[in-house]
Amino acid sequence: MMPGPMGAPARAEAERLRAIFEATGAQPVDTSILQPADVLLDLYGEDIRARAYVTADPLRGEMMLRPDFTVPVVRAHMDEGGDPARYTYAGEVFRRQETDPARPIEFLQTGFEIFGGEPAQADAEVFATIAGALDRLDLRPSTGDIGILMAAVRGLRTSEARKAALLRHVWRPRRFRALLDRYSARTPLPAHKTALLAADAPLAGIDVLPGLRSRAEIEARIATLRAEAETPPLGEEETALIDMIVDLRETAPNVLSSLRDIAVDMPAISDAVTGLTRRLDALSARGIDVDALPFEGSFGRTTLEYYDGFVFGFQSPTRADLPPVATGGRYDALTRHLGQGRAVPAVGGVIRPELVVQIREGRA
Amino acid sequence: MIRLGVPSKGRLMEKTFDWFGARGLSLRKNGNEREYAGVVEGIDGVELALLSAGEIPRELAAGRLHLGVTGSDLVREKVAGWDLRLRELAHMGFGGADLIIAVPQAWVDVDTLDDLDAVAAAFRRTHGFRLRIATKYHRLTREFLREHGVADYQLVDSQGATEGVVRNETAEAIADITSTGETLRANGLKILSDGMIHSSQATLFKSNTAPWSDAHRATLDALEDKLGL
Repeated sequence: MMPGPMGAPARAEAERLRAIFEATGAQPVDTSILQPADVLLDLYGEDIRARAYVTADPLRGEMMLRPDFTVPVVRAHMDEGGDPARYTYAGEVFRRQETDPARPIEFLQTGFEIFGGEPAQADAEVFATIAGALDRLDLRPSTGDIGILMAAVRGLRTSEARKAALLRHVWRPRRFRALLDRYSARTPLPAHKTALLAADAPLAGIDVLPGLRSRAEIEARIATLRAEAETPPLGEEETALIDMIVDLRETAPNVLSSLRDIAVDMPAISDAVTGLTRRLDALSARGIDVDALPFEGSFGRTTLEYYDGFVFGFQSPTRADLPPVATGGRYDALTRHLGQGRAVPAVGGVIRPELVVQIREGRA
Repeated sequence: MIRLGVPSKGRLMEKTFDWFGARGLSLRKNGNEREYAGVVEGIDGVELALLSAGEIPRELAAGRLHLGVTGSDLVREKVAGWDLRLRELAHMGFGGADLIIAVPQAWVDVDTLDDLDAVAAAFRRTHGFRLRIATKYHRLTREFLREHGVADYQLVDSQGATEGVVRNETAEAIADITSTGETLRANGLKILSDGMIHSSQATLFKSNTAPWSDAHRATLDALEDKLGL
């Protein structure tokens, strides 16, 4: 049998969850199932095609069955909403499954999004409200903060080009690592680059340039490579600090004390660490047991995500085979990207009602 | 009867017939040249179906063929989770071709995927859209580039004459099959040094989803003996 929506119990659960979010003052919103493909492609790139169903309309061009609500909700808010605002929604999302036939291609999501407000308070409210809604399922929370790693990269004593390249790949750990190794001279310059940089006129003899990439663009890249070759390698201490941040895996208070130590050598992360302190205080004020809260430096670093600050998830420890029951995070940069110049601090999360029902039934 | 699917025309068909022939099994089309059924002599219980090589992966995955000969690239492109549904019985040593990524030779600054990624980022800033890679192997190319952390590209569909797209300005790079690289060079393209997506050859596949009765299994055992597998 094709795994599919679980029917009435899951729908009832989706509505129960939405009522919890509505009770905090969130306005219920809905979005079209068919979304223009160009917005999602522009945001996620080609990878989204492996995850979302693409279809075509003769007049509107490529459309996608919504893979999530966040992007259309952010667009609607940036077009017409005033700040602060909070929204909730419940409905189906659609995901292609290219490898695992056991994963559903259509499932419910109930979500909660807060635009504006004091970031630490908003982060804590989204997390605590979702934790409260999932109480009694004994889920294991995970948390992280991509903003700390991004602040550390911005604070490196190196060229802006290197920082931009590292920031572009924060969500691709493998490429991030390769760049870091190259910038710290842990991997040698390939022979092709050595030869290219040694050549007096690398483009001599190239008369015909097929395609759109111009001679000026190639020359600009060679100039970038020359500048890169002349930039001194990243210091051992700095790369060691980045490694420490990426590898953090402890309870929140222990992570906080490690980060305070790191901030002594890397003051650039001080603001992000202060933000974490405020968030933990706000979580504690909302009754979250912060002393036992796990924190991972690399949590949320996956492609197709747009989180750039607080990130969290809730997973069943007894059903590790299931995807996380709830996930969420802060996505300030996404609002800037979709807001055409306007930006709003924003944080949100989604719960998957089918998984809630499945876990609850397993425990009954 | 076990259904064995083989390519219905061209060199791939001839080489397949030769390969089985060298192992004491004679594959023949039924009398008429246009007939798409045939016989297998030298073993009992195997019937021959002649199909387009491109359709064999789908028929194997659906379990309508027990065995089939096709390119390993086609199976990986067309069958999601192929290694759960099919098993490779033999690499047949012909029909070799590499699925590679190629860029213009004039891009003297580009030799690796790392360069391609950096160029894609700059291209998007300059031109306002993502660098286009033309291919008909969408899944394989996308998985390969994701695995290697290349961003800011888009795939554009090209079902033939892919080497010409750069000159025609409909794409900046290609992901295509090549056996000698000659056509690429003639079109002013070069292969990235780490741009090998998949090295393909004609392969005998077994379908895990086809019905396998005891009689079918006995026939398969006998066939594997004959083929020396």
